[in-house]
Amino acid sequence: MREVILEIKDLKKSFGEHQVLNGFNLKLYKGENLVVMGKSGSGKSVMIKCLVGLMAASSGSIKIKDLDITSLGQKELDVLRTEIGFLFQGSALYDSMTVRENLAFPLRRNRDKINTSQTTEEIVLEALKNVGLEHTIDLMPSELSGGMQRRVALARALILKPKIILYDEPTTGLDPITSKEIIQLMGTIQETYKTSSLIITHDVDCARVISNRMILLIDGTNYIEGTFEELSKSGDPKVKAFFKN
Amino acid sequence: MNGIKSISVKTKHFFEEIGDMSYFAIRFFKEVFSAPFEWKELIRQCYQMGNRSFILVGVTGFILGLVFTLQSRPTLLQFGAVSWMPSMVSLSIIREIGPVIIALICAGRIGSGIGAELGSMKVTEQIDAMEVSGTNPFKYLVVTRIVATTLMLPLLIIMGDAIALFGSAIIENLKGDVSYILYFNKVFDALKFSDIIPATIKSFFFGFAIGLVGCYKGFNCSKGTVGVGEASNAAVVYTSMLLFIIDFIAVFLTDIFY
Repeated sequence: MREVILEIKDLKKSFGEHQVLNGFNLKLYKGENLVVMGKSGSGKSVMIKCLVGLMAASSGSIKIKDLDITSLGQKELDVLRTEIGFLFQGSALYDSMTVRENLAFPLRRNRDKINTSQTTEEIVLEALKNVGLEHTIDLMPSELSGGMQRRVALARALILKPKIILYDEPTTGLDPITSKEIIQLMGTIQETYKTSSLIITHDVDCARVISNRMILLIDGTNYIEGTFEELSKSGDPKVKAFFKN
Repeated sequence: MNGIKSISVKTKHFFEEIGDMSYFAIRFFKEVFSAPFEWKELIRQCYQMGNRSFILVGVTGFILGLVFTLQSRPTLLQFGAVSWMPSMVSLSIIREIGPVIIALICAGRIGSGIGAELGSMKVTEQIDAMEVSGTNPFKYLVVTRIVATTLMLPLLIIMGDAIALFGSAIIENLKGDVSYILYFNKVFDALKFSDIIPATIKSFFFGFAIGLVGCYKGFNCSKGTVGVGEASNAAVVYTSMLLFIIDFIAVFLTDIFY
């Protein structure tokens, strides 16, 4: 039986009167790439932010490694967060820091979490090498292109060698060639680090290449679940709308 | 009817804002004394704020001293009281004008900078990224900045006051043939600890207010890039108002205790 590494049960989130998530469920198995697709404003980003405790869920449970994050204290949550890498939609690199400082930042308080004799500098260099950007180590984020920023952000997300990686719209705002490079890189990383990935996207190409399984998020809940092939052949008009191009 | 509704909404919003800011201040006091301490970032912030405001505060202080002396001189001459110039200038600058003017300059320079920096970090998810990486962004970004402004503002004010007195001494030397030694002797004769201590204590509160409002506005910024501009602008407006309120309370208390 496959090991469940992350489980969301009946997740609800509302902002005032507006119900964004209405009983969303998800299981992420060890080593898989699960894609959650949905229209803009369907609550994908809200769901992923609830997952790491950046937003409080209105109700429901989110279990990561058997710990329900909705009931964790700040310290326990911080420890659990080191097991999760998060790639933000806009890269979210600290713009007052160099690439080196950006990558070293998560190591400041969690250096002992990585079982290695390497120095911080060596860990940073290795992470940059994995995304092919070791030459940018002394540059500021503003000196990098959008694609390079995304790769540096990915290197930062991986610096603590997390078991789970969450991707929030990893290809948004990138040109098709750079998007392809990022998708390939995501695949390589999954193979190298043996991570489990939850990918939030509305990019069908990204979903086709990277997904082992997909969930369509419509009206705040799981509309349909299956592999890319299954969903792309669906006769349901709501599902078809995602794949028509 | 719409007017009344609008006033009621604005009043509610005003009190909500005060409540939120008070909660923000309470959180600061909770976090400032608890480990881990971000010493490196605190020193960096102190350096940034002190170093980057040095020239602005210096020039402001110098011109303040020059102008104040030039403007007061004809009136004092009329009454034959020009020998009181060093005492008058030093007491005015050190007790009131220096701290208030320099704090207002710093509210514009430092407060708006903090509001814009944290605001832009908020809207570009950098604060979220920090939190996800296991770092407490409140401690790293807010606590360090508020402590830095609280520590640096008194130093900047002392420096600005000294430069203002130097500017005044130059005018007295050029226009009234008063030597620098005589001028500063008269300054120190006029000043008492009861003039310096309340002004210095007050400047710590000014620094705290600048840091607190700048961080609060930036940390709670929303509405994208427009929100960053609003946060920066609101940081200056709210801080300026708060500085005058603190000044009034400080003068009132000084009057009671000294």
